[in-house]
Amino acid sequence: MSGSSTPPILSVEGLTTEFRVSGTWHEAIRDLSFSVQPNETLAIVGESGCGKSITALSIMQLINKSQGRISKGRIMFEGRDLTACSEQEMEKVRGDALAMIFQEPMTSLNPVMSIGFQIAESVRYHRSVSKRDANKRALELLELVKIPSAARRFDDYPHQFSGGMRQRVMIAMALACEPKLLLADEPTTALDVTIQVQILALLADLKETKQMGMVFITHNLGVVASIADRVAVMYGGRIIEEADVLSLFDNPTHPYTEALLKSMPRVDQARSELHPIAGQVPPITVEMPGCRYADRCPLREARCDVATPPLTPLAGKPGHRVRCWVRAESPLLEAVAS
Amino acid sequence: MNPATTLREPGWFARLMRLCWRRKAASAGALITLLMILIAVFAPWIAPHDPNEQDILSRMAGPSAEFLLGNDTYGRDILSRIIWGARISLFIGVTSIALAMVVGGVLGILAGYYGGKTDRIIMAFMDMLLSFPSLVMGLIVVAVLGPTTLNLIIAIAFTAIAPFARISRAPTLAVKQRDFIEAGRALGYSDLRIMALHVLPNIMDEIMVLASLWLATAIRTEASLSFIGLGVRPPTASWGGMIRDGFESMLDAPGLVIYPSIAILIIMVALNLLGDGLRDATDPKLRHE
Repeated sequence: MSGSSTPPILSVEGLTTEFRVSGTWHEAIRDLSFSVQPNETLAIVGESGCGKSITALSIMQLINKSQGRISKGRIMFEGRDLTACSEQEMEKVRGDALAMIFQEPMTSLNPVMSIGFQIAESVRYHRSVSKRDANKRALELLELVKIPSAARRFDDYPHQFSGGMRQRVMIAMALACEPKLLLADEPTTALDVTIQVQILALLADLKETKQMGMVFITHNLGVVASIADRVAVMYGGRIIEEADVLSLFDNPTHPYTEALLKSMPRVDQARSELHPIAGQVPPITVEMPGCRYADRCPLREARCDVATPPLTPLAGKPGHRVRCWVRAESPLLEAVAS
Repeated sequence: MNPATTLREPGWFARLMRLCWRRKAASAGALITLLMILIAVFAPWIAPHDPNEQDILSRMAGPSAEFLLGNDTYGRDILSRIIWGARISLFIGVTSIALAMVVGGVLGILAGYYGGKTDRIIMAFMDMLLSFPSLVMGLIVVAVLGPTTLNLIIAIAFTAIAPFARISRAPTLAVKQRDFIEAGRALGYSDLRIMALHVLPNIMDEIMVLASLWLATAIRTEASLSFIGLGVRPPTASWGGMIRDGFESMLDAPGLVIYPSIAILIIMVALNLLGDGLRDATDPKLRHE
C-alpha cells in the first residue's frame, strides 16, 4: 500500500512519450509519475485513447522507434533507469523480471508451435536450464495457471484452446521467470464475464503468492473494484486522479472520475440513470494550455483553460490526489494560477 | 461466402470437379517426382549399362532388346544416360533451389521484418536481379565463374534468389503485425530469434510452394545451359547435353533428341502439378471449398 516503508518495485517519474504525427511530435502521455509496491495492484483506468497502453509499452521500452519516443522522465525498476538501457539489456529484463500480458489471447500465441514448447521457450531463453528442466517448469506453470489435465494438453496447439485457456497460457509464459512486476494490458477485455472472473481471481492469487507488483490496465471499473489496491485514472495522457480503491469509489473527486462512475451500468439502478460523457478525448495533435477535460467538464471555469492544474492531495487525505482547479481548491494554488 | 450463394453460382459443380481433379493431379505429380528421385538415387543399380560405355557397332541404332531406347552417336545406351542424367538434373536443381531458398528467404525476411531502409536496399537489389531473364543471368554467371558443376549450381541459384526474397517478404510483413510477435518481444526475444523461430515457420507454406514450382524452372535452366554447352561437361550424362549431342543427327536418329526431351517434359509436368496442388492446399481461400 502507498505510504508503507518498502521501496517501490517500479517508480515512473515525469514520463513523457511522444509520437510523430505528420512530421511533428505530439505528447501522448505527459509528465506521468506513479509507483508500484511489491504485492500491490495499481489499476490504470481511462477511456480509449487516454494513453493507458502507451504507458505500458513505454515501461517495456516497446514503443516503435520509427513512430514514437520517450522524451522525458525516468522509469526506475530494480535500481536502474529503463529509459537508459540498451535494447540488449532490455531483452534480458523483458520476460524475466518485467513481464507483460496482452489484450488479445486469441492471437498472442504463435499458431505453429505447441503451447508447451512456447512456455518452455521463454524459460530456456532467460534461464540456462536443460530442455528437460524447461519442460518440467512449463508443466508446473500450466498447472499453476490451472489448465485442466495440463500434462495431456502440453503438446496441444493454440487453436485447440479457448480464449480463456489461451489467456492462462499467456499468463503462464509471463510468469515463467517469476517477474517482479507484471503489466497486464486489458487482459480480460476479450473474454466473457465468467472467464473474466476466473482470470482476475487467478491473477490476484498469483500476485499474492509471488509478491509481485502488478499494473493492471483497464477501462472497466467493475474489474478495478475487484482487483485493484490503488487506482490511477488517466485522461488525455495525464493522471487526473489517484487514490486507493476504496477512497476512489467512495469519494470520486475529479469530475471525469465522477462521470466515469455514473456512466457505468449498475444492477441496482434503472437504465435511464446511465449518463454517458458527452464529447470525445481531444486527439494528441491538439495542444491546449489548460485542463484537457475542460471541453467536456460541467464545472468548467475560466481558469481551467489557462493552465493545467497540478496533481494536488485532498485535504486530510495524502494518498488521494486530484488534478482539478475546481475540486482541489487551495489558496496557495489559486495564487499559482493567477 | 455463405452456402446459399455458393449453391446458386452456376459453375460451383464444375469448380468442385476441377478441385478434385487438381488434388488427383497433385498426387500424381508427387508420385512421379518421387519416382524420379528414386531413379536418380538408385541410378547405378537401375541403369542397364554404363552410361559412358561406347558400343561403336551400334552407333545411332534404334531400340533393341539390349538397348531399349537405342544408342547415341557414340554408341552409348540412351536409357542408361537418361537415368544417370536424372541424377545430375535433380541434384543441380535441388541444391541450387535450396541455396536460393536460404539466401532469398533470409533476405526477404530481413527486408520484411525491418522495413524502411533495409527493405528498400534489399528489394532494389532484388528488382535488379529480376530484370535479367533467368537464362541470361545463368549465362553471365557461368561465363564469369567458369563452367563447373558448383558454378552451375551458383548460377541457377542466382536466378531464383529474387523470387524467393519476394515471396518471403510479403507474408513476413503480414506476420510481423500479428500479436504473438509483440508478445514475443515482451518476453524479451531478440529480433533474430523472432525471425527464425516465430516468423519463418509461419511463412514456410509460401516458400515451399515456390520451391516446388522453381525446382522445375531450375531443371529447365540446367538443361538449357547444358544444351548451349555451358552446363555439365561431357561425357557426364545430362539431359540438356544429350539433346545437344543428338541435335546434329536429329533427322537420322530422332530418338537422340526425343527421349531426353520426354524426360525433361515428364519431370516439369510432375513438378508443376505438385506445385499447383501445394498452392491450392495452402491457399486459405481454396481450402474450404
